Amino acid sequence: MFAYVIRRLFIGAILLLVMSLVTFVLFFASPVDPGRYACGKNCSPAQIKQTNKALGYDKPVIEQWTDFLRGVVVGREYPDDPELRAAAPQLVTECPAPCLGYSVVNTSTVNAEIKEAFPISLSLALAALLMWVSGGVLFGVIAAVRKGTIIDRGIVALSLVFYAFPAFFIGIFLLKFVAIKWELVPPPTYTPIAEGGIGLWLQGLLLPGLTLALLYMAGYVRMTRAFVLESMTEDYIRTARAKGLKSRRVLVKHSMRAALTPLVTLVGLDFAGLMGGAIITETVFNYNGLGKLAVEANQTYDLPTIIGLVLLLGTFVIIANIIVDVLYAVIDPRVRVG
Amino acid sequence: MSSFLSVRDLKVHFPTVDGIVKATDGLSFDLERGETLGIVGESGSGKSVSSSAILGLHRKTSAVVSGEILLEGTDLLKISDEDMRRRRGKEVAMIFQDPLSAMHPYYTVGNQIGEAYRVHHDVSKKAARARAVEMLDRVGIPQPDRRVDDYPHQFSGGMRQRAMIAMGLINNPSLLIADEPTTALDVTVQAQILDLLQDLQREFESAVIIITHDLGVVAEMADDVLVMYAGRCVEYGTTKEILTHPEMPYTWGLLSSVPDVLGDTSAQLVPIPGNPPSLLSPPPGCMFHPRCAHRDKVPGDLCRTVLPDLVPGTRTEGHLKRCHLTDPDAVYEREVLPEIAPDLVEER
Repeated sequence: MFAYVIRRLFIGAILLLVMSLVTFVLFFASPVDPGRYACGKNCSPAQIKQTNKALGYDKPVIEQWTDFLRGVVVGREYPDDPELRAAAPQLVTECPAPCLGYSVVNTSTVNAEIKEAFPISLSLALAALLMWVSGGVLFGVIAAVRKGTIIDRGIVALSLVFYAFPAFFIGIFLLKFVAIKWELVPPPTYTPIAEGGIGLWLQGLLLPGLTLALLYMAGYVRMTRAFVLESMTEDYIRTARAKGLKSRRVLVKHSMRAALTPLVTLVGLDFAGLMGGAIITETVFNYNGLGKLAVEANQTYDLPTIIGLVLLLGTFVIIANIIVDVLYAVIDPRVRVG
Repeated sequence: MSSFLSVRDLKVHFPTVDGIVKATDGLSFDLERGETLGIVGESGSGKSVSSSAILGLHRKTSAVVSGEILLEGTDLLKISDEDMRRRRGKEVAMIFQDPLSAMHPYYTVGNQIGEAYRVHHDVSKKAARARAVEMLDRVGIPQPDRRVDDYPHQFSGGMRQRAMIAMGLINNPSLLIADEPTTALDVTVQAQILDLLQDLQREFESAVIIITHDLGVVAEMADDVLVMYAGRCVEYGTTKEILTHPEMPYTWGLLSSVPDVLGDTSAQLVPIPGNPPSLLSPPPGCMFHPRCAHRDKVPGDLCRTVLPDLVPGTRTEGHLKRCHLTDPDAVYEREVLPEIAPDLVEER
């Protein structure tokens, strides 16, 4: 098992390397001159040249890529050019390892940007995950047990309705009515645990988390329902019933254990995707998470931020995959190796 | 004096959008403790459906079960669901075919066997595990105290079937239903499993219903045989009688399909032509007539129009058959036996 995880991590690292190269090449293949954007609106050619030099954009792409990789491993300093650093030591910015670059647009290192946005996205994804998994499994199992009844149909229909609504509709509805008009909860703002404690933190996450959860829950309700129904036709369920087990125990111990295994994969990947993918929800509730950061970086051609985010989110997906595979081995004895 | 198990006019019907599937239609038989009944028939003839009905395994939402299943005088179809659940696995137990899919892949063998014990006995997990080890030992699994913590996929096919038997017998059931217990196994293991079942039956004095399509298993195990075709009993009698003087052409077909390795190898293996009928729209008359080679021996086209009743056979009491032929024994000796076992004809 340990060797397996090491092997997977190694493959993941190679994948990230390729991803970073592709992102670099793609960006420089575009007709946009990043130095032009970094410099500002009214720039003379000399200023653009100076900016390019400061950020290292004057070097060949491959060299910029290796500089970037070196920065990730040992850290680096900005401006990139040693002469400029020597000329104005008071303007030098330290970017310790793993340095993901320096964003001129936001005049800070990418690491600092991410450090600010990451807890927000993580909290949001966790809150949403908790709600959609518990809700999805609960309603999915109820629908499966009551298959064919009005309860089953109601749950399936309702989940389809939520599935059909776009995130901005649910988000704005919750914000405008639940929070502002009916004043059921205070308008959500993100408060870190360190500042306001767990209570305020949870309060802020309630509505944005619910927005995401409702969207994801629909799929999970339907999948849980299908998996439970499918497992109910298995021979081992008949065996369990033939032993004289109570139907609740047959459902919980025998059917659900098998039915929920495939959900583990989905939960892991959806969670990783949500870390940088909750763009609309973050925008509606004005949460400065990774998704919003990514959209803004795209709008301003903020190359270093984009590369940093691509690598970070790629890392999440790779790690989530490894965790899911390890979990699988824990759940299903048949896939245990060694 | 009524029998230990007495099934009367058992019907299991599945309503579907296309009509009612009569998987079992009017099945009756008796069984005493210590005796074994073999239920024989092709796939889809209603063997497993009937035995599942005895355990009350059919869901009320999908199946309509009627008739009487009297176990020591109690009608299992009339008692409450909770009462049936308490008897299931304790008084009536079932061993399923294909134990790889019949055991849960995520739990250890010991966990699953012990669970069967704990449902009906208020004991600790530890005690249930000890009991599981004891049963595994009893069914001949080597090093049971170690293997008890293995998962089903770590067992061989024969061991899984033994574990399945251990699970079925852990509560000393008075009625044991074995659904094709040896179908998935190779022949040497088959013989061991059958021996084991016989030993255990003697030890526990259980009544056993063995469901199979293998007449060899029936010859080895059963006191009585019930031949099923398309949800109905077509022939019923003692094993000796059925195997030596069958009176229903379907039973002849089953006998002709069994190879006789030690006997005359020049004997032909005659498969039954055609396929079992659809249970949704069964053929009129005798269900077997489309596949029967002897239907034209009956005058008046009766086979194609009238379903024969289950009536006493021509030779012995208690032998029942569902066939219009008036002299089945003679037809069998004259036409069937010479083909499938020429050496036997000479002996007679």
